[in-house]
Amino acid sequence: MKRTGKPVFFIVAILLIALTITAFTGFASYYGDTKNTYIKGSEDIRWGIDISGGVEAIFSPDVDTDITKSMMDAAKEIIETRLVNKNITDYEVFADYTNHQVIVRFPWSSEEEDFNPQAAVAELGETALLTFCEGEDNEKVILTGSEHVKSATAGVDEKGNYIVSLDLTGSGKTAFAEATTRLVGQTISIWLDDALISAPTVNEAINDGKAMISGNFDAKSANELADKINAGSLPFALSVDDSKLNVVSPTLGAEALDIMTLAGGIAFILICITIILKYRLCGVVASISLIGQIGLMIACISGYFPGTDSFTLTIPGIAGIILSIGMGVDANVITSERIKDEFRKGKTIDGAIAAGYSEGWNAIFDGNITIVIIAFILMGAFGSADSILAQAYNKIMPFFSSTITGSVYSFGYSLLIGIIANFIMGVWCSKLMTKSISRFKIFRNPWLYGGTKENV
Amino acid sequence: MFKFKKGTFHNIDFCKHFKKFFIFSASLILIGIIATVIFGVKLDINFKGGTRITYSYSGNINFDDAAAAVQDTISVPVNVTKSTSFTGDSTKLVITLVEDKSLSTESQTSITTALQEKYPDNNIEFAEINSVNASMGKSFFIKSLAAVALAGVLVILYISIRFRNIGGFSAGVSAFIALIHDILMAFLFCNILRIDIDSNFIAVVLTILGYSLNDTVVIYDRIRENKKLFSQLSTRELTNKSINETLGRSITTAFATFLAILTVGVVCEIAGLTSLRSFVIPMLIGGILSGSYSTICIAGPLWVLWSEYSEKRRAKKSFKKKNRKNA
Repeated sequence: MKRTGKPVFFIVAILLIALTITAFTGFASYYGDTKNTYIKGSEDIRWGIDISGGVEAIFSPDVDTDITKSMMDAAKEIIETRLVNKNITDYEVFADYTNHQVIVRFPWSSEEEDFNPQAAVAELGETALLTFCEGEDNEKVILTGSEHVKSATAGVDEKGNYIVSLDLTGSGKTAFAEATTRLVGQTISIWLDDALISAPTVNEAINDGKAMISGNFDAKSANELADKINAGSLPFALSVDDSKLNVVSPTLGAEALDIMTLAGGIAFILICITIILKYRLCGVVASISLIGQIGLMIACISGYFPGTDSFTLTIPGIAGIILSIGMGVDANVITSERIKDEFRKGKTIDGAIAAGYSEGWNAIFDGNITIVIIAFILMGAFGSADSILAQAYNKIMPFFSSTITGSVYSFGYSLLIGIIANFIMGVWCSKLMTKSISRFKIFRNPWLYGGTKENV
Repeated sequence: MFKFKKGTFHNIDFCKHFKKFFIFSASLILIGIIATVIFGVKLDINFKGGTRITYSYSGNINFDDAAAAVQDTISVPVNVTKSTSFTGDSTKLVITLVEDKSLSTESQTSITTALQEKYPDNNIEFAEINSVNASMGKSFFIKSLAAVALAGVLVILYISIRFRNIGGFSAGVSAFIALIHDILMAFLFCNILRIDIDSNFIAVVLTILGYSLNDTVVIYDRIRENKKLFSQLSTRELTNKSINETLGRSITTAFATFLAILTVGVVCEIAGLTSLRSFVIPMLIGGILSGSYSTICIAGPLWVLWSEYSEKRRAKKSFKKKNRKNA
């Protein structure tokens, strides 16, 4: 049997503890007021609205007309534009094309004391005002979206450049022809509400109502501009009054985070005491791997690893982490019980430990796979409409509307990473640590592993 | 070969006591059903639609007056209740619409203004609102149930495949009955304790599917292993032996998980965070207590009865065949 070196225990233990500490603290440098984040810590976690405070709303059209996919795209675009105008950048907006809903989630920062969430939500859904104006400001209006613009489409011109083409109504054609004849070489700016969305220059007079906007577009920006222009000609306003609105104030959320952190800390300590009392040295090893498991879970949520983003963490998500801490000891419990059994069969320390880990594996694996299945279903059913899992799920059950229960999605994610972290920490790292520590002379006492003196 | 020392393994004949376990579970479920019929199910507004607004305040407020003030403003009947934390340092006013419908953003704002004008000295501050349209709530509820059904089918399928050499289907169905038992316990206890059935509860039901099954899987795994080692043992002996051998593990893991969730529950109650009640209670009752119990006392013995029954039938069949041949 290949023996595990003595230093392995310390290397693994130190690595796990280092991972956990850095996962919580993160690593950033300050240059004046600018913060450079190298490793994201718990402070960089994106909190759900139940913790950060914020708004979760489902908008639906206020009239029953035929609603197309491009209308929904336009509706989504107008909400995004308005959020950005309000300096809210940390938003999530999804369009549900089957049920004609726009799902919006954005935080409510505690600095905004006068913030009125209801008013903000009502504003987001208002009919958009699109205007084409003379020059670079929006004072002299040439065209308005609802009256003069039929639609805008993104496309490619004969040279292969991305363009946005406009289709104008009869009166729009006349007004536009007049304006473009007069303003050749000058700018016609396009405004959505009070935001400038484009300021193209008139190349020539356009008399047939088929205008094209060209410029440095790529496929995405061309589509965005088309959606924004379409937003101005939408035949409906969006409203949450008949759908769903959930608003949480930042103070309420902050309290909840403190409470959950405290609960997690206490639960962790109680569990460590329990397993150390019951499994002695194996319990100590289990506690260290449990620390590593928590660290790895936080890391997977905060976006600790380069190239990964922070997942939104909610109160049920934290409950999921704490539940995973409780369930996470299972792998260690199974192996520790196995080691005890092997001692009873008369095995030596090395034999019992090796057998304990290899025999326990099947039970750990099968037991955890069921929870992985559950975690995937939770994430699919309660995730955002455009998440990969939700899309797969919608293929199985397309007749159900998407939901915004991001809080439960976070719980599913916590369960999933809890299981994965448990495989890495509770099985693999524990094995390395136990095998390594059992080589030290002072730890050659079977009692430490749950055996009796006869097993020496 | 192996020496079993006295006291090293518990040796409880779980299969023998199956009738007692069955009666115990059945009577608990019956009590729960009666309570549910009497009290009804408290569906959360996320499922049935409705509006709930929470304000934090200080001092004293007469709730009847507050309700009247709100009703005057939006001309829709409302209930006003108080929610206090255990320590009593935060008091909240909860306004719910009597009807299960959503409230327009305009009305929401006017309620806030009306309350703040009526009680200028009570530091009334908006804390939370949840407003859900009834049809949206209903489709969310159906979706949640569908998710639970899908999860149930998938995990049973998995068990049936993984444990096909110990009679996969019977093992799967026994595990499934134990799962239904746990979910029923969670559901009925929530009704007895008047806890809202909300999205947290659905998350718990799904977790129970995974967690309680985890327990069952560990025992089946041991049965599978023991079957190879002790082929001379009967199904009943094999199961009892396996349950007893894994009892230490079952109890320790259940204890650790129970401790973790109980801590969450206690800390939240003390601090007055009630949103997790619908997570903690069903998880403790249905997931951990009932989950551990049903694995040991329901799933295992049930599987034994099933296997014994089909063995008998097989024996009878072959006996008949023999008789026919002889005749």
